[in-house]
Amino acid sequence: MSALPLASLRSLPGPENIQRVVLENGITLLTRSNFESPSVVLSGYLPAGSVYDPLEKLGLAHFTALALMRGTQRYNFQQMFDTLESSGASLGFGASVHNTSFGARALAEDLPMLTELLSEALRCPVFPPEQVERLRGQILTGLAIRNQDTIDRCEMAFEETIFPNHPYGLPSDGHPETIRNITRDDLAEFHQRTFGPRGCTIVIVGAVEPDQAVECVRQALGDWRNPAQPPASLLPPVQPLPGTIRREIALPGKVQTDLIMGCLGPKRSSPDYLAASLGNNILGQFGLMGRIGDVVREREGLAYYASAGLNAWIEAGSWDITAGVNPNNLQRTIDLVLQEVRRFITEPVTTEELRDSQSNYIGRLPLSLESNAGVAHALLNLERFQLGLEYYQRYPELVMAVTPEQILETARRYLTPDQFAVISAGPE
Amino acid sequence: MNSATLYAQLPNGLTVHLKEIHTAPLISHWIWYRVGSRDEQPGLTGLSHWVEHMQFKGTPLFPPTVLDKAISREGGTWNAFTYLDWTAYFETLPADKIDLALRLEADRMVNSEFKSEDVESERTVILSEREGSENEPLFRLGEAVQTAAFKVHPYRHEIVGEKQDLQSIRRDDLYGHYRRYYVPNNAVVTAAGDFDAQEMLARITELYGSIPANPLPEQSIPAEPPAAAETRLEVSGPGETAYIHIACKAPAASDRDFFSFTVLDSLLTGPAGLNMFGGGGVSNKTSRLYRALVERELAAGLSGGLQATLDPFLYDTTITVRNGQSPEQILSVYHDELHRLQDNPAPADEIQRAIKQARALFAYGSENITNQAFWLGYAEMFDRYAWFTGYIDHLASVTPQDVQRVAQTYLADSRLVTGVYVPDGSPEVE
Repeated sequence: MSALPLASLRSLPGPENIQRVVLENGITLLTRSNFESPSVVLSGYLPAGSVYDPLEKLGLAHFTALALMRGTQRYNFQQMFDTLESSGASLGFGASVHNTSFGARALAEDLPMLTELLSEALRCPVFPPEQVERLRGQILTGLAIRNQDTIDRCEMAFEETIFPNHPYGLPSDGHPETIRNITRDDLAEFHQRTFGPRGCTIVIVGAVEPDQAVECVRQALGDWRNPAQPPASLLPPVQPLPGTIRREIALPGKVQTDLIMGCLGPKRSSPDYLAASLGNNILGQFGLMGRIGDVVREREGLAYYASAGLNAWIEAGSWDITAGVNPNNLQRTIDLVLQEVRRFITEPVTTEELRDSQSNYIGRLPLSLESNAGVAHALLNLERFQLGLEYYQRYPELVMAVTPEQILETARRYLTPDQFAVISAGPE
Repeated sequence: MNSATLYAQLPNGLTVHLKEIHTAPLISHWIWYRVGSRDEQPGLTGLSHWVEHMQFKGTPLFPPTVLDKAISREGGTWNAFTYLDWTAYFETLPADKIDLALRLEADRMVNSEFKSEDVESERTVILSEREGSENEPLFRLGEAVQTAAFKVHPYRHEIVGEKQDLQSIRRDDLYGHYRRYYVPNNAVVTAAGDFDAQEMLARITELYGSIPANPLPEQSIPAEPPAAAETRLEVSGPGETAYIHIACKAPAASDRDFFSFTVLDSLLTGPAGLNMFGGGGVSNKTSRLYRALVERELAAGLSGGLQATLDPFLYDTTITVRNGQSPEQILSVYHDELHRLQDNPAPADEIQRAIKQARALFAYGSENITNQAFWLGYAEMFDRYAWFTGYIDHLASVTPQDVQRVAQTYLADSRLVTGVYVPDGSPEVE
């Protein structure tokens, strides 16, 4: 059994080596130093997601996020990217249901430049009309490509099916008609109304002393205020499907069919999460894609990829199995997956399977925290899901506490094959 | 990334290249074979990639499920890649577990079984891999451009292989390819991480020392004749979006022009690193083509790519046409931008900027040991490790005249292969 030695445990991110500071205006800042490479990663989010999009303007948060760097009070588009790219640095924004998020990296010497540009983009975008139209064209081209992508189409239809009338069921990047409905003033108004320091989290990891990182952020964003920021939006509850829903999306001219089948899963903060996650690892991740990979790829040779995934978000989650298959093998794959899922919710996983996955979870932790980006991602999750600064140091113990019975009981409650959405997209 | 490495060759020809890095209790171990799609004959394309798949099907000592479970159990990560010139396998594991990977790779250099039933189940897996790619317009266009760019050189084939070959290749074709090329004198073992280099070398010697060398097949790769005129082609398929893929022959990685070309690529389409793991990129919004095409609302996006290869391969530019715009107009602007690079030396500060970008990408790539172990072997596949350690210095020595000369030489109109993906605009039905 692999259990991490005490020295390794202490080297994981924890209260002794993460600095967490809350600025007066509400920005939460987490930093961790790493001087092994002369670079620095900055990432974060603020609560300005598509949950605030009017239905007829779906994609507004996403459009706004992409437009933030198209011109600010002090930098036009070219000046902004010239500053970044000349230094080999990057900064980008995106939006999801709950948040607008950002990610950046630079050589450590350029951190003050990054925080300055981040502040400009977050606080002072001017949404130049010409840039907005240019961006709209790029977004519409992207949506036309998405419309022809078998995996994207499957994912969208799957989420729409299992989260009906819920923001989780809507694509955050919108539809062509809703993107066309959005005006330049909508972007400015959305920004003015939802962007602010409250609920904003920033993580900085790399070759910088924590105090220096805090000072950079304080200087750039410490005086940011926005009393107009809305209260957190309450999302409607989610309900399992009444029965199986099967949808086939025909995309003429395609060669392979992509398949997603599954149902609701636990949210990230649910006490069920870790048992579901370890169970999912056994079902469709461990080794060469777990039991699903073993049956669909290794034994039957039906697919290049076939695996199970657990997507746990703030208010709910999904649990799905995906595969890409020749259209002639589609029904056979669906049958095999259902057979494996039924076995999974009937018999407990073996002690050996669980021990393997527990060992895998604990052993891979140091590897996932090797790069600055890996650590930054881990720190963001601590804050986003309120896991506590000691979470990674407690993680081995939490993982080892999960039992085969817990996995079976959790799987039975969530993985209900008679209430699956089964979605495929491929040639006619 | 410049600290010393241990470089050794065993009597059977196996090259060993090691680098101690004691920042985390991890080791990344790789084995590289000098075999890829470049070593394949027409009718048997895709052999190298298929052999790579078969290497995961087990040996008597490490049956298939034992292999992947043993590594996953330790929290390790492992994978394999087949490329034009090489095939590589890696495992990154906690330092105290690395012996498993060392034993596994030494064992499967010789003892993979290639059972007929495994060959058949993998045939459909690989066909599925290929069909998944065929769903992508850019794959179909890229394949057509690559085939048109080479008349005789095996670089004309996609690494995954032609569909008809994948349907007809037999078990003995695969096993023969494996036995011919998976020999110590055709391999490089690399490791980076938390170990003592002398102890690691001793263990590698112990595991591989008794595997005999074997003469490699004579190479008869035909020289590619120079292109006489620009080639144009069209691929049509589903969708609403058009794409353009322009390729020209690029210098081999060992050619000094490769560095000048790297700077040219940075100017034209934005900076790109060659790291396989980690690092991330730098955006290309101030590159010449972005300004000329995306800022003028002709294209939705673009990227460029230069590969480090043994023989001259391709420099690719891929452009996503903005819906409603004409590929012809884009090509006209593209040619204007090429002529600008050919007619005038680029300003020195633009070149300095490309070098700073490369330096940053280099630093990002040094954050993880898997990427460092990757470079210990990767550079050996097309040149020597000194190519990598001297990379930034070589770039720094590039002059505006060098960039102008490579633009004139390699990007001459007659050397271009231009492919356009023409969407049929078919709507989907549900």
